[in-house]
Amino acid sequence: MEAHEMYREHILDLYKHPHNFGTLKAATNTHREFNPLCGDDVTMDVIVEDGKIRDIKFHGKGCAISMAAASLVTDAVKGKPIAEVKRMSKEDLLNLLHIPVGPVRLKCALLALDTLHKSIGDAK
Amino acid sequence: MKITNDNAKELRNDFPIFKRKINGKPLIYLDNAATTQKPQRVLDAIQRFYEQHNANIHRGVYQLSEEATEQYGRAHAVVGKFLGANANEIIFTRNTTESLNLLAYTVHAIMPKRKHIVLTELEHHSNLVPWQQFAKRHNMSIVFIPMKKDFTLDYDAAEKLIGGDTAILSVGHVSNALGSINDVKKLVSMGKNAGAITIVDGAQGAAHVPVNVKDINCDFYACSAHKLFGPTGIGALYGRKELLEKLPPFLFGGDMIKTVSYQDATWNDVPMKFEAGTGAIADAIGFAEAIAFIQTIGLENIAAWERELTQYALKKLRLPGITLLHGHDSAGIISFICEEIHAHDVASLVSDDGVCIRGGHHCAMPLMGKLGIPGTCRISFSVYNSFEDIDQLISSLAKIQHMFKEGGKT
Repeated sequence: MEAHEMYREHILDLYKHPHNFGTLKAATNTHREFNPLCGDDVTMDVIVEDGKIRDIKFHGKGCAISMAAASLVTDAVKGKPIAEVKRMSKEDLLNLLHIPVGPVRLKCALLALDTLHKSIGDAK
Repeated sequence: MKITNDNAKELRNDFPIFKRKINGKPLIYLDNAATTQKPQRVLDAIQRFYEQHNANIHRGVYQLSEEATEQYGRAHAVVGKFLGANANEIIFTRNTTESLNLLAYTVHAIMPKRKHIVLTELEHHSNLVPWQQFAKRHNMSIVFIPMKKDFTLDYDAAEKLIGGDTAILSVGHVSNALGSINDVKKLVSMGKNAGAITIVDGAQGAAHVPVNVKDINCDFYACSAHKLFGPTGIGALYGRKELLEKLPPFLFGGDMIKTVSYQDATWNDVPMKFEAGTGAIADAIGFAEAIAFIQTIGLENIAAWERELTQYALKKLRLPGITLLHGHDSAGIISFICEEIHAHDVASLVSDDGVCIRGGHHCAMPLMGKLGIPGTCRISFSVYNSFEDIDQLISSLAKIQHMFKEGGKT
């Protein structure tokens, strides 16, 4: 696989114009996670209400793949029940990204979902 | 042998890996600070050992074992000579990290009882994390010699930091992240005057700067074979003979003992005292062969060629959207940032053109924090790199800049 196959139009677009980027002062759950491989740094702010994700924002720095994944995952989980979000798998995330991701970049792709899962670890 | 662009390209014929293609394109390897490629003669030496001399060392009195022991002993001498030391002052370890850990687990026994370990802000994690743990175990603290805006160390500050409180001074010879060459001789002299134990992390230094440990006057010098055209899994620790004799062993077991009873043991002579268990015998022989390869060209000549490539690359990289993080003197390493493009994306994408560069924090997270960046793109040269390698990198970078500028406009 060649790397440029990952950098499709929608990925570059999300990298330049991320969705749900910022902080939530009223966050009930927050978690910051790093990808030691390349220094990606993502924080998820989540407002959990009645067992659902009422609002979510992320901020941080990272490569195009990790940032695009953060936009897509925050879009996908807004309004969803916590139990369902906790069940989201690697495959679900790769479906959202809609690009081939090689083994080395998988960590970048999964960082946002991992951060989200850790932020809502004890939420019900 | 003075290296020119033509004979640099010719030298590639000695390295089998350059026969392969990446995505149908020639391999352009610009990540030599991570590890260098291996010449055929090093691969042959390792193979020859297994095919013709393989036996364990120091035990058998049969011919094969004698040959293996003799070659392993000679490898100590070759590495020693390369660093300006004697054979019995060289301990084989797995790598620079293990060499530094060996010290971090033993040096308390010979250090002056004081409260500070002095490092620099440029350290690789391997010369930082072991000392953080050491400081916790011995209730000490670490102080850092600061880096100035030009990416060199602040020697005036070092003068003030190194003193009566300094138990250990451990400094990198060359920064793996930025390429800055530190004046280790000057720092070691400050450490010596203060009566501290002096250690140099030579992971990058030994590959790019001719080293003489007696001239540097350090107590310990650590390096890895794989950054010097040798195999992975073998490194060296130079230690001043009288200190190695006082230093307690790090690992215990076979080979490192002189006598053993059910209750106790006595230790073998140095360096065997520090080489418990069967070592990487074939790799030690490969290490010695790699040094022989370097000596046919001369490390001075390799360093001169790397400087020439660095100057060429610095000139070519002065482009819009690219920021260089580079001081006035560097050992064949250049770090840079592409505006609005993460280093990891750059490294991934140039790989499509067969170009291998590093993107990330280069195992120097605190340094990246100080610079206020998550990471850099890093290129690092070796003897087989040419001007054309740099030209290809520049054209690949232009392509990526265009892609990020034009892509995702919607």
